Amino acid sequence: MSKLVKLKKGFDIKLVGKAEKKIVDFLPVQTFAIKPTDFIGMQRPKVVVNEGDIVKAGAPLLFDKAMDQVLYVSPVSGEIVEIKRGEKRKLLEIKILADKEISFESFQKYSEQELKSLSKQDALAQLTKGGVWPQFIQRPFGIVANPSDSPKAIFVSGFDTHPLAPDLSFTLKGMERFFQAGIDVLKKLTTGIVHLNVNADSEGSSVFSKIQGAQINSFSGPHPAGNVGVQIHHLNPVSKGEIAWTISPFGVVQVGKLFLEGIYDASKIIAITGSEAKITAYTKTYLGACVDKFVAGNLVKEHTRVISGNVLTGEKINKDGYLGYYHNQITLIPEGDYYEFLGWMKPTASKLSYHRALGLLSFLTPNKEFVLDSNVRGEERAFVQTGVFESVTPMDILPVYLLKAILAEDYDEMEELGIYELVEEDLALCEFVDVSKHPVQEILRKGIDLIQYS
Amino acid sequence: MKFLRELLDKQKPLFHKGGKLENLYYLFEAGETFMFSPNHTNGIKGAQVKDAIDLKRMMITVVVAMIPCLLFGMYNTGHQHFLAVGETAGLWEDFGPKMLLGLQLVLPIVIVAYAAGGLVEAAFAVIRKHPINEGFLVTGMLIPLVVPASLPLWQVALATIFAVVIAKEVFGGTGMNILNVAMTARAFLYFAYPAQISGDQVWTYLGDKAPVDGFSGATALAVAYNAGVDGEQVSTALASHNSVLGDGLFSFVNLFVGWIPGSIGETSTLMALIGAAILIGTGVASWKIIVSGFAGAYLMGLIMNAFAVNEYMAMGPEYHLVMGGLAFGVVFMATDPVSASQTETGKWIYGLLIGVLTVIIRVTNPAYPEGIMLAVLLMNVFAPLIDFYVVKANKKRRLQRATV
Repeated sequence: MSKLVKLKKGFDIKLVGKAEKKIVDFLPVQTFAIKPTDFIGMQRPKVVVNEGDIVKAGAPLLFDKAMDQVLYVSPVSGEIVEIKRGEKRKLLEIKILADKEISFESFQKYSEQELKSLSKQDALAQLTKGGVWPQFIQRPFGIVANPSDSPKAIFVSGFDTHPLAPDLSFTLKGMERFFQAGIDVLKKLTTGIVHLNVNADSEGSSVFSKIQGAQINSFSGPHPAGNVGVQIHHLNPVSKGEIAWTISPFGVVQVGKLFLEGIYDASKIIAITGSEAKITAYTKTYLGACVDKFVAGNLVKEHTRVISGNVLTGEKINKDGYLGYYHNQITLIPEGDYYEFLGWMKPTASKLSYHRALGLLSFLTPNKEFVLDSNVRGEERAFVQTGVFESVTPMDILPVYLLKAILAEDYDEMEELGIYELVEEDLALCEFVDVSKHPVQEILRKGIDLIQYS
Repeated sequence: MKFLRELLDKQKPLFHKGGKLENLYYLFEAGETFMFSPNHTNGIKGAQVKDAIDLKRMMITVVVAMIPCLLFGMYNTGHQHFLAVGETAGLWEDFGPKMLLGLQLVLPIVIVAYAAGGLVEAAFAVIRKHPINEGFLVTGMLIPLVVPASLPLWQVALATIFAVVIAKEVFGGTGMNILNVAMTARAFLYFAYPAQISGDQVWTYLGDKAPVDGFSGATALAVAYNAGVDGEQVSTALASHNSVLGDGLFSFVNLFVGWIPGSIGETSTLMALIGAAILIGTGVASWKIIVSGFAGAYLMGLIMNAFAVNEYMAMGPEYHLVMGGLAFGVVFMATDPVSASQTETGKWIYGLLIGVLTVIIRVTNPAYPEGIMLAVLLMNVFAPLIDFYVVKANKKRRLQRATV
């Protein structure tokens, strides 16, 4: 039974610098990196390669001693040039200098017919060894899923409503066959339903139109309608003791390629976006790419913040930093480290606000695209304004009460107020609209950690 | 601007850790952030861009919404004086002198309230090492508007200090308080110095002049209450009140527009409604509280009608909306987001009960002619309880879902 869910609450942050729908070739990226810090919940990473080793794409680089059957593999073939550690020898990055021509580790190949009769055990073995497993995320907690669990359902969000997010119907064009194979594999992993959620507001991606074996649900409304957590809340919410898995469409395609072609293919199309980029377009690269080639010479101003991911949930990286494991875009925005004379009372139509308080005029131009910089626009204060978080969170959840429960470290209250249903991205809009400038996502993760490790 | 910025940057090290004046850091910071929005940028993880709003802008919006009440209050203060001493009868006659007198009386109260509140706020910021809260921008304006113009200035200062300390700072500052700060100040005055803030003598400033013969300084609420006791129809009593000064001083229109004696900013329902329009239009205050507050008072007025045993109870419920400080209280006091109910369902209940309680206190209680003050404070105390049940219902929905 497919469902249509209409969401009203939320807010679209419209920014300058949307990627044009064309593929642009930048200079070839030389180094790629896997950052263990991208994998939330990774406890004791153990590296299995040494600097100087030559690896193929799909060769294991590390694993988590807490879940040792899952291998984290190299996105490209080449030489391990650096294993970067931080304080207390914390593993930060494993850098690979890529070959000009990528060679692949080979895994078991299946035809579409053979996939139908694939057993769950064989599927799991190939998924965990073949490097695609970290694409499976467990709810609650938003951590890499545990292959020995049996999720009640698997959810795939087929669209991304984040600011300047890539259009998945563009980035996944031509991948229908792999996507279908991926869905077929997902079906082996759950006794429940595989949900594929598509955007009711757009034409709908041709990639998904003929997919079989998944329940296709449509969601309409502003951001965060595309967040898989919001979708789960309306389809089959996760309560205490339950487990659901999520996987991105890119992950599904990777799964499909692993089984149909027998390779770990980490190639992806990413979007170069943001007001400070001269060229805003899509480009083809591999997971974990160094962004220097996309950034160098492509900046309007040098004083720019490079974000791996989008402006709501992304991470600031250096100009020669690496694309996050789960990220499909980089966003370039101006740094906001400047003072502004009477900035708190000056009328402004050029700064975006969800609010309409005195002098905030952006509500008059709802379709305008804004240039936003990284300035905090105020100082942190106690919670004062009420009702705002609720109005951008299309879930039956009271974010302020939950955040206060986390700050008070009240475990029962956190559970009862629905912390199992949330990860950072679901409350990212609250962080944006917050009058009192709380680090909402950080607080939420602190609460999730408390619950998870208690 | 650049000169100012350079000046600040030069002084900054003095206030930082290790500097000579490091104890006064938060004072410096308050001044600095007042002039310049800070240059802070968002962290490495999390939202990389932020909404243009901050608490300062939100608070200043409320202050701006009060300006119509303030200006009207100033003029009305002068107008009531000239009327009472028999110098002018016309509304717009002697505009200048009236405004000037109002200014002379009201401005010192505003300054004293801001100064007293600001000092306490600054002292706590320095001692407790927290930033100066913008909340007092609003409190400092609210307090002058809910006291009579004849109030001694030292009482204004004392009440402000009491309220800021006891109602706010002991709980940890703006955002942590349970009671509305300005209402606490007024309640303090009401119980500590009733002679200066209740009765018939304080609402019109007379100065050293004698009022005309037959003048009564009673407020509309007092007139209505006494009519109830005497068994006189309230509307007749209001219409004939102070007829020595002119006809229909307490007519419905006058009550609505606010040409009546009372506290400085609360007499005009019209100005409060303009304020409400600003607050609702900017989304700063909850329209649910405002609407349900008026609705509660009207409904309770109707219920009083149904069970009327005296003339006050039989009074048309629309009079309750324009007499006394109900409109001002509902628009500016009840909507304080910190002391009000914080859940959306709770706001309906909270506002409604404020309206209901106000009318009950007015009509049935001989000691308190006005009910909004106590109604707001009472509901401040009960707001967490309302929220408790609203939140509990949310939790229950989640639990039930799990067992289905």
